[in-house]
Amino acid sequence: MTDTAVNRAVPSDLPGLPRQRGCPFDPAPGYARLREQAPISRISFPGGGSGWLATRYEDVRAILADPRFSSRLSTAAPHVRPAPTALPEQPLPGALLRLDEPEHARYRRPVMRAFTVKRVQRLRPRIQQIVDERLDAMERAGGPVDLVAELALPVTSLVICELLGVDYDDRDTFHGLAGRLLAIESSPEQAQQARAELASFIAALVAAKREQPGDDLLSALIAEGDADPDSPLTDIAVTVLGSLLLIAGHETTANMIALGTLTLLESPDQLAALRSDPALADRAVEELLRHLTIIQFGLVRAAAEDLTLRGQSIKAGEYVVASLPSANRDPGLGIADPDRLDITRDPAAHVAFGYGPHQCLGQQLARAELQITLTSLFARFPHLRPAVPADQLPFRDDMIVYGLHQLPVTW
Amino acid sequence: MRITLDQDRCCGAGTCVMTAPEVFDQRDDGIAILLDPNPPTQLATSVRDAAARCPAAAIRVEAR
Repeated sequence: MTDTAVNRAVPSDLPGLPRQRGCPFDPAPGYARLREQAPISRISFPGGGSGWLATRYEDVRAILADPRFSSRLSTAAPHVRPAPTALPEQPLPGALLRLDEPEHARYRRPVMRAFTVKRVQRLRPRIQQIVDERLDAMERAGGPVDLVAELALPVTSLVICELLGVDYDDRDTFHGLAGRLLAIESSPEQAQQARAELASFIAALVAAKREQPGDDLLSALIAEGDADPDSPLTDIAVTVLGSLLLIAGHETTANMIALGTLTLLESPDQLAALRSDPALADRAVEELLRHLTIIQFGLVRAAAEDLTLRGQSIKAGEYVVASLPSANRDPGLGIADPDRLDITRDPAAHVAFGYGPHQCLGQQLARAELQITLTSLFARFPHLRPAVPADQLPFRDDMIVYGLHQLPVTW
Repeated sequence: MRITLDQDRCCGAGTCVMTAPEVFDQRDDGIAILLDPNPPTQLATSVRDAAARCPAAAIRVEAR
């Protein structure tokens, strides 16, 4: 790394980001101590250099809402990748994760219309149908089945494919790319290769839709770009937006479905409460999102100027990690006993979807998919259970998005 | 209670519509709209909640 971060004298024995979980459903225990004793602390990065880690709810929200903390990083996931990829100086048009305001809003706004509360409400019957078909297929196959491969990934992939206008038959391609993009051990070459493959996959689709538009978001974005000479929606921007929506749109929610299912199976009193009152689904989903916070390593921002945070002086260019999992377990979140899973509690103002102008664009869709999938799954299979002991399950400690690589279940 | 909404800040997350649907809605393009700038007091809790949750800090609530 050639950032200013390394030019500053820092102790050589700095700890890294807490990574070692005790319980697979809880963040690493190191976060609780940091929240208490060193809420803004200096950490080392695995690929060299150092940065800052914010662990309190209040600070995490403040950082993510403050324009002095920029999304324009010069490396991808420097806080967890042993070999972080250098990013181009100038973000690509439409690269929402890397743009600051006001440029970010120019690309976010055209996409927002597809994810409003009302639009998602209208999608619910179709989501229910997709879920029911997958549950039928599970029932026909008989247990044990891998819930990730047979339910979680198909449901979220089918929904985002229909919304964007991607052919579901191409799922092996984009599932494989998601795996390579989100694995923290991927080398810069592997990550770059995966990014390039994803871009050419979506670019081909954009070209095809320009010839033959469909009733889908990609076609709508292309048409909007064509209709208005001032629109930022060039083919490159639509390709970059489409790539992001496809990966973020299936991978995160699929992992929440699988991990949420396992969490409830391992918490029989909570599951019994949900089964006896399916109207608790909204609250249950909100609580699972908070409790599990699958963006497990948090979000990274770069200080755009020298500034002070809780007495710590942070220099321009230094990276700050806003730990979403830690914030969601902070007593400062204002809920009783934040380490306890309680699906009946008033939904917390959690940061599982992030905070600030970048907060998850697809959050209403994610909620609908989770509510429908979890209630339908537990209604269909009253005796659902993991087919292997929980301590033998492959948890995704090695991926940017936490969850399970597989979840064999039977009933 | 008087509410103001800064649509220029709105990032279309829909949190306010979810939290206080009597007071907030979204336009087709996702930008939030204020249905009632002076909602009755029984909605005070949910409106304050919506303001606290708004990721863009676009909602201001003034007690009167």
